[in-house]
Amino acid sequence: MFDSVLIANRGEIARRIIRTVRGMGLRAVAVYSEADADLPFVREADEAVLLGPANPAQSYLDQEKVLLAAKETGAQAIHPGYGFFSENADFAQAVLDAGLVWIGPAPEAIRQMGDKINARNLMEEAGVPVAAGTREPVTEPAEAAKEAARIGYPVMVKTAGGGGGIGMGVAYDEESLAKAFEQASRAAARFGGTPAILLERYIERARHVEVQILGLADGTVLALGERDCSVQRRHQKVVEESPSPGITPELRARMLAAAVRAGEAVGYRGAGTVECLVDADAQDFVFLEMNTRLQVEHPVTELVTGVDLVAAQLRVAAGESVTLDATPKGHAIEFRVYAEDPKRFFPGPGKIAEWREPAGEGVRVDSGYLEGNTVTPFYDPLMAKLCVYGATRAEVIERARAAVAGFTVTGPKNNLPFCAELLDRAEFVSGDYDTGLVSRMRS
Amino acid sequence: MAEVRAEMVANVWKVVVAPGDTVEDGDTLVILESMKMEIPVVAEDAGVVAQLKVAEGDVIQEGDLIAVIE
Repeated sequence: MFDSVLIANRGEIARRIIRTVRGMGLRAVAVYSEADADLPFVREADEAVLLGPANPAQSYLDQEKVLLAAKETGAQAIHPGYGFFSENADFAQAVLDAGLVWIGPAPEAIRQMGDKINARNLMEEAGVPVAAGTREPVTEPAEAAKEAARIGYPVMVKTAGGGGGIGMGVAYDEESLAKAFEQASRAAARFGGTPAILLERYIERARHVEVQILGLADGTVLALGERDCSVQRRHQKVVEESPSPGITPELRARMLAAAVRAGEAVGYRGAGTVECLVDADAQDFVFLEMNTRLQVEHPVTELVTGVDLVAAQLRVAAGESVTLDATPKGHAIEFRVYAEDPKRFFPGPGKIAEWREPAGEGVRVDSGYLEGNTVTPFYDPLMAKLCVYGATRAEVIERARAAVAGFTVTGPKNNLPFCAELLDRAEFVSGDYDTGLVSRMRS
Repeated sequence: MAEVRAEMVANVWKVVVAPGDTVEDGDTLVILESMKMEIPVVAEDAGVVAQLKVAEGDVIQEGDLIAVIE
Protein backbone atom coordinates (compact mmCIF):
# COMPACT_ATOMS: atom_id res chain seq x y z
CA MET A 1 0.00 0.00 0.00
CA PHE A 2 1.17 3.53 -0.82
CA ASP A 3 1.57 5.76 2.25
CA SER A 4 0.01 9.01 0.99
CA VAL A 5 -2.89 10.14 -1.18
CA LEU A 6 -3.49 13.49 -2.85
CA ILE A 7 -7.19 14.29 -3.19
CA ALA A 8 -7.72 16.28 -6.40
CA ASN A 9 -11.11 17.62 -5.40
CA ARG A 10 -12.91 19.92 -2.98
CA GLY A 11 -15.88 20.26 -0.64
CA GLU A 12 -17.75 17.32 0.82
CA ILE A 13 -16.13 14.63 -1.30
CA ALA A 14 -12.58 15.76 -0.49
CA ARG A 15 -13.51 15.70 3.17
CA ARG A 16 -15.11 12.26 2.92
CA ILE A 17 -12.05 10.79 1.15
CA ILE A 18 -9.67 12.38 3.66
CA ARG A 19 -11.61 10.67 6.47
CA THR A 20 -10.99 7.19 5.05
CA VAL A 21 -7.40 7.92 3.95
CA ARG A 22 -6.44 9.09 7.43
CA GLY A 23 -8.47 6.30 9.04
CA MET A 24 -6.31 3.79 7.17
CA GLY A 25 -3.18 5.39 8.62
CA LEU A 26 -2.23 7.07 5.32
CA ARG A 27 -1.25 10.70 4.81
CA ALA A 28 -3.88 12.87 3.13
CA VAL A 29 -2.83 15.78 0.92
CA ALA A 30 -5.49 18.34 -0.05
CA VAL A 31 -5.30 20.81 -2.92
CA TYR A 32 -7.49 23.89 -2.98
CA SER A 33 -8.31 27.13 -4.75
CA GLU A 34 -8.22 30.63 -3.24
CA ALA A 35 -12.03 30.53 -2.95
CA ASP A 36 -11.89 27.38 -0.80
CA ALA A 37 -9.08 28.28 1.60
CA ASP A 38 -11.42 28.37 4.63
CA LEU A 39 -13.25 25.13 3.97
CA PRO A 40 -12.88 22.23 6.41
CA PHE A 41 -11.31 19.81 3.92
CA VAL A 42 -8.24 22.06 3.71
CA ARG A 43 -7.76 21.94 7.47
CA GLU A 44 -8.56 18.26 7.91
CA ALA A 45 -5.86 17.05 5.51
CA ASP A 46 -2.34 16.41 6.82
CA GLU A 47 -1.04 18.86 4.27
CA ALA A 48 -2.71 21.27 1.84
CA VAL A 49 -1.42 22.94 -1.32
CA LEU A 50 -2.89 26.12 -2.80
CA LEU A 51 -3.37 25.60 -6.54
CA GLY A 52 -4.53 29.03 -7.69
CA PRO A 53 -7.58 31.22 -8.31
CA ALA A 54 -11.21 30.15 -7.99
CA ASN A 55 -11.66 29.47 -11.70
CA PRO A 56 -11.35 25.66 -11.98
CA ALA A 57 -9.20 25.95 -15.12
CA GLN A 58 -6.57 27.73 -13.03
CA SER A 59 -6.84 25.42 -10.02
CA TYR A 60 -8.67 22.08 -9.78
CA LEU A 61 -8.47 21.49 -13.54
CA ASP A 62 -4.86 22.60 -13.99
CA GLN A 63 -3.12 19.29 -14.62
CA GLU A 64 0.41 20.61 -14.18
CA LYS A 65 -0.34 22.29 -10.89
CA VAL A 66 -1.99 19.19 -9.45
CA LEU A 67 0.89 16.93 -10.51
CA LEU A 68 3.40 19.43 -9.15
CA ALA A 69 1.55 19.47 -5.81
CA ALA A 70 1.84 15.67 -5.69
CA LYS A 71 5.55 15.85 -6.42
CA GLU A 72 6.25 18.56 -3.86
CA THR A 73 4.37 16.78 -1.09
CA GLY A 74 5.64 13.31 -1.98
CA ALA A 75 2.09 12.01 -2.46
CA GLN A 76 2.19 8.54 -4.02
CA ALA A 77 -1.39 8.24 -5.24
CA ILE A 78 -4.12 10.54 -6.57
CA HIS A 79 -7.82 10.21 -5.81
CA PRO A 80 -9.91 12.34 -8.20
CA GLY A 81 -13.26 12.16 -6.35
CA TYR A 82 -16.13 12.89 -8.77
CA GLY A 83 -16.34 15.65 -11.39
CA PHE A 84 -13.13 17.56 -12.26
CA PHE A 85 -10.48 15.03 -13.41
CA SER A 86 -12.34 11.89 -12.36
CA GLU A 87 -13.36 10.83 -15.88
CA ASN A 88 -10.44 12.39 -17.72
CA ALA A 89 -8.45 9.59 -19.36
CA ASP A 90 -5.59 11.93 -20.33
CA PHE A 91 -5.14 13.05 -16.75
CA ALA A 92 -5.28 9.45 -15.50
CA GLN A 93 -2.54 8.59 -18.01
CA ALA A 94 -0.45 11.60 -16.91
CA VAL A 95 -0.71 10.41 -13.30
CA LEU A 96 0.54 6.97 -14.27
CA ASP A 97 3.30 8.49 -16.44
CA ALA A 98 4.45 10.52 -13.43
CA GLY A 99 4.97 7.21 -11.60
CA LEU A 100 1.98 7.71 -9.31
CA VAL A 101 -0.97 5.45 -8.49
CA TRP A 102 -4.26 6.49 -10.10
CA ILE A 103 -7.20 5.62 -7.87
CA GLY A 104 -9.62 4.69 -10.60
CA PRO A 105 -9.96 2.43 -13.60
CA ALA A 106 -7.38 2.22 -16.41
CA PRO A 107 -7.37 5.26 -18.74
CA GLU A 108 -8.57 3.01 -21.57
CA ALA A 109 -11.70 2.00 -19.61
CA ILE A 110 -12.44 5.69 -18.90
CA ARG A 111 -12.01 6.52 -22.59
CA GLN A 112 -14.24 3.69 -23.79
CA MET A 113 -17.06 4.61 -21.44
CA GLY A 114 -16.59 8.38 -21.73
CA ASP A 115 -17.81 8.43 -25.30
CA LYS A 116 -21.46 7.57 -24.79
CA ILE A 117 -21.95 6.37 -28.35
CA ASN A 118 -19.01 4.00 -28.10
CA ALA A 119 -20.21 2.86 -24.66
CA ARG A 120 -23.68 2.08 -26.02
CA ASN A 121 -22.27 0.04 -28.89
CA LEU A 122 -19.83 -1.77 -26.63
CA MET A 123 -22.58 -2.66 -24.14
CA GLU A 124 -24.83 -3.95 -26.88
CA GLU A 125 -22.03 -6.26 -28.00
CA ALA A 126 -21.54 -7.44 -24.40
CA GLY A 127 -25.19 -8.45 -24.18
CA VAL A 128 -26.33 -5.50 -22.06
CA PRO A 129 -29.70 -4.15 -23.25
CA VAL A 130 -29.65 -0.63 -24.78
CA ALA A 131 -32.48 1.64 -25.95
CA ALA A 132 -33.11 2.11 -29.67
CA GLY A 133 -30.74 4.87 -30.71
CA THR A 134 -27.94 6.13 -32.93
CA ARG A 135 -24.83 3.99 -33.38
CA GLU A 136 -22.85 6.81 -35.02
CA PRO A 137 -22.42 10.44 -33.90
CA VAL A 138 -25.02 12.84 -35.30
CA THR A 139 -23.65 16.26 -36.25
CA GLU A 140 -26.30 17.80 -38.53
CA PRO A 141 -29.90 18.80 -37.66
CA ALA A 142 -31.27 17.15 -40.81
CA GLU A 143 -29.56 13.90 -39.94
CA ALA A 144 -30.98 14.13 -36.42
CA ALA A 145 -34.50 14.49 -37.80
CA LYS A 146 -34.02 11.43 -39.99
CA GLU A 147 -32.67 9.35 -37.11
CA ALA A 148 -35.42 10.50 -34.74
CA ALA A 149 -38.05 9.42 -37.27
CA ARG A 150 -36.38 6.00 -37.48
CA ILE A 151 -36.10 5.57 -33.68
CA GLY A 152 -39.59 6.94 -33.04
CA TYR A 153 -40.57 9.91 -30.86
CA PRO A 154 -40.15 10.85 -28.09
CA VAL A 155 -36.35 10.87 -28.21
CA MET A 156 -33.71 11.98 -25.72
CA VAL A 157 -31.04 14.24 -27.21
CA LYS A 158 -27.66 14.33 -25.47
CA THR A 159 -24.02 15.07 -26.06
CA ALA A 160 -21.73 12.09 -26.58
CA GLY A 161 -19.07 13.53 -24.34
CA GLY A 162 -21.19 15.29 -21.73
CA GLY A 163 -22.39 14.33 -18.31
CA GLY A 164 -24.37 15.56 -15.35
CA GLY A 165 -27.45 16.25 -17.45
CA ILE A 166 -25.83 19.22 -19.19
CA GLY A 167 -27.31 19.81 -22.64
CA MET A 168 -29.85 17.00 -22.37
CA GLY A 169 -33.35 17.48 -23.73
CA VAL A 170 -36.43 15.51 -24.75
CA ALA A 171 -38.01 15.99 -28.17
CA TYR A 172 -41.58 14.99 -28.93
CA ASP A 173 -41.63 16.05 -32.58
CA GLU A 174 -39.45 17.49 -35.32
CA GLU A 175 -39.89 21.05 -34.09
CA SER A 176 -38.82 20.37 -30.50
CA LEU A 177 -36.03 18.16 -31.88
CA ALA A 178 -34.46 21.12 -33.70
CA LYS A 179 -34.47 23.08 -30.46
CA ALA A 180 -33.07 20.22 -28.36
CA PHE A 181 -30.41 19.55 -30.98
CA GLU A 182 -29.30 23.19 -30.95
CA GLN A 183 -29.20 23.23 -27.14
CA ALA A 184 -27.12 20.04 -26.98
CA SER A 185 -24.70 21.30 -29.65
CA ARG A 186 -24.24 24.54 -27.77
CA ALA A 187 -23.57 22.69 -24.51
CA ALA A 188 -21.10 20.37 -26.20
CA ALA A 189 -19.15 23.29 -27.66
CA ARG A 190 -19.23 25.24 -24.45
CA PHE A 191 -18.12 22.50 -22.07
CA GLY A 192 -15.41 21.34 -24.41
CA GLY A 193 -16.87 17.94 -25.16
CA THR A 194 -16.91 16.33 -28.58
CA PRO A 195 -19.46 18.05 -30.85
CA ALA A 196 -21.27 14.76 -31.40
CA ILE A 197 -24.90 14.23 -30.52
CA LEU A 198 -26.60 11.02 -29.53
CA LEU A 199 -30.30 10.24 -29.89
CA GLU A 200 -32.07 7.57 -27.88
CA ARG A 201 -35.64 6.43 -27.51
CA TYR A 202 -37.09 8.21 -24.48
CA ILE A 203 -38.99 6.17 -21.91
CA GLU A 204 -41.91 8.19 -20.52
CA ARG A 205 -42.47 6.63 -17.13
CA ALA A 206 -38.90 5.73 -16.32
CA ARG A 207 -37.02 5.16 -13.14
CA HIS A 208 -33.32 5.87 -13.03
CA VAL A 209 -31.72 2.88 -11.34
CA GLU A 210 -27.97 2.31 -11.19
CA VAL A 211 -25.78 -0.55 -10.06
CA GLN A 212 -22.63 -0.05 -8.00
CA ILE A 213 -19.84 -2.24 -9.25
CA LEU A 214 -16.38 -2.91 -7.88
CA GLY A 215 -13.68 -4.36 -10.11
CA LEU A 216 -11.06 -6.19 -8.05
CA ALA A 217 -7.33 -6.36 -8.66
CA ASP A 218 -7.63 -9.96 -9.92
CA GLY A 219 -10.16 -8.97 -12.60
CA THR A 220 -13.30 -10.13 -10.79
CA VAL A 221 -16.21 -7.65 -11.02
CA LEU A 222 -18.70 -7.51 -8.14
CA ALA A 223 -22.13 -5.86 -8.09
CA LEU A 224 -22.94 -4.18 -4.76
CA GLY A 225 -26.65 -3.64 -5.20
CA GLU A 226 -28.55 -0.80 -6.81
CA ARG A 227 -29.53 2.81 -6.12
CA ASP A 228 -32.74 4.41 -7.31
CA CYS A 229 -32.07 7.99 -8.41
CA SER A 230 -35.45 8.90 -9.90
CA VAL A 231 -35.94 12.09 -7.88
CA GLN A 232 -34.39 14.54 -10.35
CA ARG A 233 -34.61 18.17 -11.35
CA ARG A 234 -33.13 19.29 -14.69
CA HIS A 235 -31.98 15.68 -15.25
CA GLN A 236 -29.83 15.92 -12.10
CA LYS A 237 -30.28 13.79 -9.03
CA VAL A 238 -31.60 15.21 -5.77
CA VAL A 239 -32.50 12.12 -3.73
CA GLU A 240 -31.25 8.54 -4.02
CA GLU A 241 -32.23 5.36 -2.25
CA SER A 242 -31.36 1.70 -1.94
CA PRO A 243 -32.89 -0.76 -2.46
CA SER A 244 -35.04 0.60 -5.31
CA PRO A 245 -38.72 0.40 -4.34
CA GLY A 246 -39.63 0.04 -8.01
CA ILE A 247 -38.02 -3.18 -9.17
CA THR A 248 -38.81 -6.82 -8.55
CA PRO A 249 -36.14 -9.23 -7.21
CA GLU A 250 -36.14 -10.86 -10.65
CA LEU A 251 -35.38 -7.56 -12.42
CA ARG A 252 -32.76 -6.68 -9.80
CA ALA A 253 -30.95 -9.97 -10.44
CA ARG A 254 -30.93 -9.31 -14.20
CA MET A 255 -29.65 -5.76 -13.74
CA LEU A 256 -26.86 -6.79 -11.39
CA ALA A 257 -25.75 -9.53 -13.79
CA ALA A 258 -25.76 -7.08 -16.71
CA ALA A 259 -23.72 -4.56 -14.70
CA VAL A 260 -21.09 -7.21 -14.02
CA ARG A 261 -20.93 -8.00 -17.76
CA ALA A 262 -20.58 -4.26 -18.48
CA GLY A 263 -17.63 -4.00 -16.11
CA GLU A 264 -16.00 -7.14 -17.46
CA ALA A 265 -16.33 -5.87 -21.04
CA VAL A 266 -13.90 -3.02 -20.28
CA GLY A 267 -11.71 -4.83 -17.73
CA TYR A 268 -12.99 -2.52 -15.05
CA ARG A 269 -11.04 -1.99 -11.84
CA GLY A 270 -12.18 0.00 -8.83
CA ALA A 271 -15.56 1.56 -8.08
CA GLY A 272 -17.89 2.35 -10.95
CA THR A 273 -21.57 2.78 -11.64
CA VAL A 274 -23.69 1.32 -14.39
CA GLU A 275 -26.66 3.65 -14.91
CA CYS A 276 -29.87 2.20 -16.34
CA LEU A 277 -33.35 3.36 -17.18
CA VAL A 278 -36.11 1.12 -15.91
CA ASP A 279 -39.49 1.03 -17.58
CA ALA A 280 -41.57 0.91 -14.42
CA ASP A 281 -44.62 -0.56 -16.13
CA ALA A 282 -42.87 -3.20 -18.23
CA GLN A 283 -40.29 -4.08 -15.52
CA ASP A 284 -37.54 -3.94 -18.09
CA PHE A 285 -34.33 -1.91 -18.32
CA VAL A 286 -31.79 -0.43 -20.73
CA PHE A 287 -28.20 0.69 -20.24
CA LEU A 288 -27.82 4.47 -20.02
CA GLU A 289 -24.16 5.13 -19.31
CA MET A 290 -21.33 4.10 -17.06
CA ASN A 291 -19.66 6.46 -14.61
CA THR A 292 -16.06 5.40 -14.22
CA ARG A 293 -15.54 6.91 -10.78
CA LEU A 294 -16.90 7.17 -7.26
CA GLN A 295 -20.47 8.46 -7.39
CA VAL A 296 -21.88 11.36 -5.33
CA GLU A 297 -24.52 9.02 -3.89
CA HIS A 298 -22.13 6.22 -2.88
CA PRO A 299 -23.03 6.57 0.85
CA VAL A 300 -26.42 4.96 0.14
CA THR A 301 -24.62 1.76 -0.87
CA GLU A 302 -22.20 2.07 2.04
CA LEU A 303 -25.08 2.26 4.50
CA VAL A 304 -26.89 -0.84 3.24
CA THR A 305 -23.80 -2.99 2.59
CA GLY A 306 -21.49 -1.82 5.37
CA VAL A 307 -18.68 -1.51 2.79
CA ASP A 308 -16.42 1.57 2.83
CA LEU A 309 -16.20 2.16 -0.92
CA VAL A 310 -13.30 4.60 -0.68
CA ALA A 311 -11.29 2.06 1.34
CA ALA A 312 -12.12 -0.58 -1.28
CA GLN A 313 -10.94 1.80 -4.03
CA LEU A 314 -7.63 2.38 -2.25
CA ARG A 315 -7.04 -1.36 -1.69
CA VAL A 316 -7.83 -2.24 -5.30
CA ALA A 317 -5.59 0.58 -6.59
CA ALA A 318 -2.76 -0.72 -4.40
CA GLY A 319 -3.21 -4.18 -5.94
CA GLU A 320 -4.35 -5.74 -2.67
CA SER A 321 -6.93 -8.50 -2.64
CA VAL A 322 -10.28 -7.45 -1.26
CA THR A 323 -12.80 -9.79 0.27
CA LEU A 324 -16.11 -8.35 1.31
CA ASP A 325 -19.55 -9.43 2.31
CA ALA A 326 -21.71 -6.95 0.45
CA THR A 327 -25.11 -8.51 1.14
CA PRO A 328 -27.42 -5.48 1.48
CA LYS A 329 -29.43 -5.07 4.67
CA GLY A 330 -32.04 -2.45 5.54
CA HIS A 331 -32.81 0.71 3.60
CA ALA A 332 -31.02 4.03 3.02
CA ILE A 333 -31.99 7.37 1.47
CA GLU A 334 -29.67 10.28 0.63
CA PHE A 335 -30.82 13.89 0.23
CA ARG A 336 -28.53 16.29 -1.60
CA VAL A 337 -28.58 19.57 0.26
CA TYR A 338 -28.06 22.11 -2.50
CA ALA A 339 -27.50 25.86 -2.24
CA GLU A 340 -30.58 26.61 -4.32
CA ASP A 341 -34.07 27.91 -3.80
CA PRO A 342 -36.56 25.12 -3.05
CA LYS A 343 -39.18 26.28 -5.55
CA ARG A 344 -37.42 26.87 -8.86
CA PHE A 345 -34.07 25.28 -7.92
CA PHE A 346 -32.03 28.32 -8.97
CA PRO A 347 -28.58 28.74 -7.39
CA GLY A 348 -28.36 30.79 -4.19
CA PRO A 349 -24.76 30.97 -2.99
CA GLY A 350 -23.87 33.04 0.06
CA LYS A 351 -22.16 33.19 3.43
CA ILE A 352 -23.33 30.58 5.94
CA ALA A 353 -24.69 32.35 9.02
CA GLU A 354 -25.94 29.20 10.75
CA TRP A 355 -25.13 25.57 10.06
CA ARG A 356 -26.46 22.90 12.39
CA GLU A 357 -26.45 19.28 11.27
CA PRO A 358 -28.97 16.79 12.59
CA ALA A 359 -27.88 13.77 14.60
CA GLY A 360 -29.74 10.64 15.55
CA GLU A 361 -30.10 6.93 14.95
CA GLY A 362 -29.14 6.07 11.36
CA VAL A 363 -28.21 9.63 10.37
CA ARG A 364 -24.97 10.35 8.46
CA VAL A 365 -24.11 13.80 7.14
CA ASP A 366 -21.30 14.28 4.60
CA SER A 367 -20.85 18.03 4.40
CA GLY A 368 -18.35 20.35 2.80
CA TYR A 369 -18.97 23.46 4.85
CA LEU A 370 -19.07 24.83 8.39
CA GLU A 371 -20.74 27.85 9.92
CA GLY A 372 -18.97 31.01 8.75
CA ASN A 373 -17.86 29.51 5.42
CA THR A 374 -19.02 31.02 2.14
CA VAL A 375 -20.68 28.99 -0.58
CA THR A 376 -19.29 30.63 -3.72
CA PRO A 377 -20.79 30.68 -7.23
CA PHE A 378 -17.73 29.01 -8.80
CA TYR A 379 -18.54 25.35 -8.17
CA ASP A 380 -21.55 23.07 -8.10
CA PRO A 381 -24.25 23.80 -5.51
CA LEU A 382 -23.87 20.65 -3.36
CA MET A 383 -23.33 21.70 0.27
CA ALA A 384 -23.96 18.40 2.03
CA LYS A 385 -25.51 14.98 1.75
CA LEU A 386 -27.97 13.98 4.42
CA CYS A 387 -28.03 10.18 4.52
CA VAL A 388 -30.48 8.19 6.59
CA TYR A 389 -30.46 4.48 7.34
CA GLY A 390 -33.07 2.19 8.90
CA ALA A 391 -34.40 -1.34 8.91
CA THR A 392 -37.28 -0.54 6.54
CA ARG A 393 -38.15 2.22 4.06
CA ALA A 394 -40.96 3.39 6.37
CA GLU A 395 -38.52 3.74 9.26
CA VAL A 396 -36.08 5.68 7.06
CA ILE A 397 -38.82 8.10 5.98
CA GLU A 398 -39.78 8.71 9.63
CA ARG A 399 -36.15 9.31 10.60
CA ALA A 400 -35.55 11.48 7.53
CA ARG A 401 -38.47 13.78 8.38
CA ALA A 402 -36.92 14.42 11.80
CA ALA A 403 -33.43 14.81 10.31
CA VAL A 404 -34.55 17.31 7.66
CA ALA A 405 -36.43 19.30 10.32
CA GLY A 406 -33.32 19.24 12.50
CA PHE A 407 -30.97 20.55 9.79
CA THR A 408 -30.55 24.33 10.02
CA VAL A 409 -28.86 26.28 7.25
CA THR A 410 -29.19 30.04 6.95
CA GLY A 411 -27.38 32.39 4.62
CA PRO A 412 -27.30 30.59 1.27
CA LYS A 413 -30.60 29.45 -0.15
CA ASN A 414 -31.15 25.74 0.42
CA ASN A 415 -33.49 22.99 -0.72
CA LEU A 416 -34.24 21.49 2.71
CA PRO A 417 -37.86 22.72 2.44
CA PHE A 418 -38.08 20.75 -0.82
CA CYS A 419 -36.79 17.63 0.97
CA ALA A 420 -39.47 18.06 3.67
CA GLU A 421 -42.13 18.49 0.99
CA LEU A 422 -40.95 15.36 -0.81
CA LEU A 423 -41.16 13.32 2.40
CA ASP A 424 -44.84 14.29 2.67
CA ARG A 425 -45.64 13.65 -0.97
CA ALA A 426 -47.82 10.53 -1.28
CA GLU A 427 -46.18 9.49 -4.54
CA PHE A 428 -42.72 9.44 -2.97
CA VAL A 429 -43.88 7.83 0.26
CA SER A 430 -45.60 5.04 -1.70
CA GLY A 431 -42.36 4.29 -3.53
CA ASP A 432 -44.23 4.22 -6.84
CA TYR A 433 -42.60 7.25 -8.48
CA ASP A 434 -40.56 7.99 -11.60
CA THR A 435 -38.24 10.69 -12.96
CA GLY A 436 -41.21 12.98 -13.62
CA LEU A 437 -41.94 13.33 -9.87
CA VAL A 438 -40.23 16.68 -9.23
CA SER A 439 -41.75 18.39 -12.27
CA ARG A 440 -45.19 17.17 -11.19
CA MET A 441 -44.52 18.69 -7.75
CA ARG A 442 -43.78 22.01 -9.44
CA SER A 443 -46.46 22.10 -12.13
CA MET B 1 -40.08 51.85 -16.33
CA ALA B 2 -39.03 48.47 -15.01
CA GLU B 3 -35.78 47.64 -13.28
CA VAL B 4 -34.37 44.18 -13.80
CA ARG B 5 -32.19 43.06 -10.89
CA ALA B 6 -30.05 40.00 -10.23
CA GLU B 7 -31.66 37.30 -8.10
CA MET B 8 -28.33 35.77 -7.11
CA VAL B 9 -24.57 36.10 -7.10
CA ALA B 10 -23.49 35.19 -10.60
CA ASN B 11 -21.14 35.70 -13.48
CA VAL B 12 -22.51 37.45 -16.59
CA TRP B 13 -21.99 34.84 -19.29
CA LYS B 14 -23.76 36.44 -22.27
CA VAL B 15 -25.39 39.79 -22.96
CA VAL B 16 -28.15 39.19 -25.48
CA VAL B 17 -29.62 42.69 -25.93
CA ALA B 18 -28.17 46.17 -26.48
CA PRO B 19 -29.44 49.57 -25.29
CA GLY B 20 -32.17 50.78 -27.62
CA ASP B 21 -33.44 47.26 -28.47
CA THR B 22 -37.15 46.62 -28.33
CA VAL B 23 -38.03 43.61 -26.21
CA GLU B 24 -41.18 41.62 -25.57
CA ASP B 25 -42.32 40.19 -22.25
CA GLY B 26 -40.30 37.00 -21.76
CA ASP B 27 -37.38 37.91 -24.00
CA THR B 28 -33.95 36.98 -22.68
CA LEU B 29 -31.84 40.03 -21.77
CA VAL B 30 -28.70 38.43 -20.42
CA ILE B 31 -27.62 34.93 -19.44
CA LEU B 32 -25.99 34.54 -16.05
CA GLU B 33 -23.92 31.65 -14.85
CA SER B 34 -23.78 30.47 -11.27
CA MET B 35 -22.83 27.11 -9.79
CA LYS B 36 -22.39 25.47 -13.20
CA MET B 37 -25.85 26.55 -14.35
CA GLU B 38 -26.98 29.00 -17.03
CA ILE B 39 -29.74 31.29 -15.83
CA PRO B 40 -31.52 33.45 -18.40
CA VAL B 41 -32.73 36.82 -17.13
CA VAL B 42 -35.90 37.77 -18.98
CA ALA B 43 -37.85 40.97 -19.49
CA GLU B 44 -41.04 41.01 -17.45
CA ASP B 45 -42.57 43.79 -19.53
CA ALA B 46 -42.43 44.76 -23.18
CA GLY B 47 -40.49 47.94 -23.94
CA VAL B 48 -37.19 49.43 -24.94
CA VAL B 49 -33.89 48.65 -23.22
CA ALA B 50 -33.09 52.08 -21.78
CA GLN B 51 -30.06 51.07 -19.74
CA LEU B 52 -27.84 48.02 -19.64
CA LYS B 53 -25.64 47.93 -16.57
CA VAL B 54 -23.64 44.72 -17.05
CA ALA B 55 -21.04 43.38 -19.46
CA GLU B 56 -19.95 39.84 -20.25
CA GLY B 57 -17.56 38.56 -17.61
CA ASP B 58 -18.87 40.81 -14.81
CA VAL B 59 -19.49 39.30 -11.40
CA ILE B 60 -22.74 40.62 -9.99
CA GLN B 61 -24.31 40.42 -6.54
CA GLU B 62 -27.89 39.65 -5.57
CA GLY B 63 -29.95 42.82 -6.05
CA ASP B 64 -27.57 44.44 -8.55
CA LEU B 65 -29.23 46.35 -11.38
CA ILE B 66 -28.93 44.54 -14.71
CA ALA B 67 -31.12 46.61 -17.02
CA VAL B 68 -33.88 49.19 -17.18
CA ILE B 69 -36.78 48.63 -19.58
CA GLU B 70 -38.92 51.62 -20.56
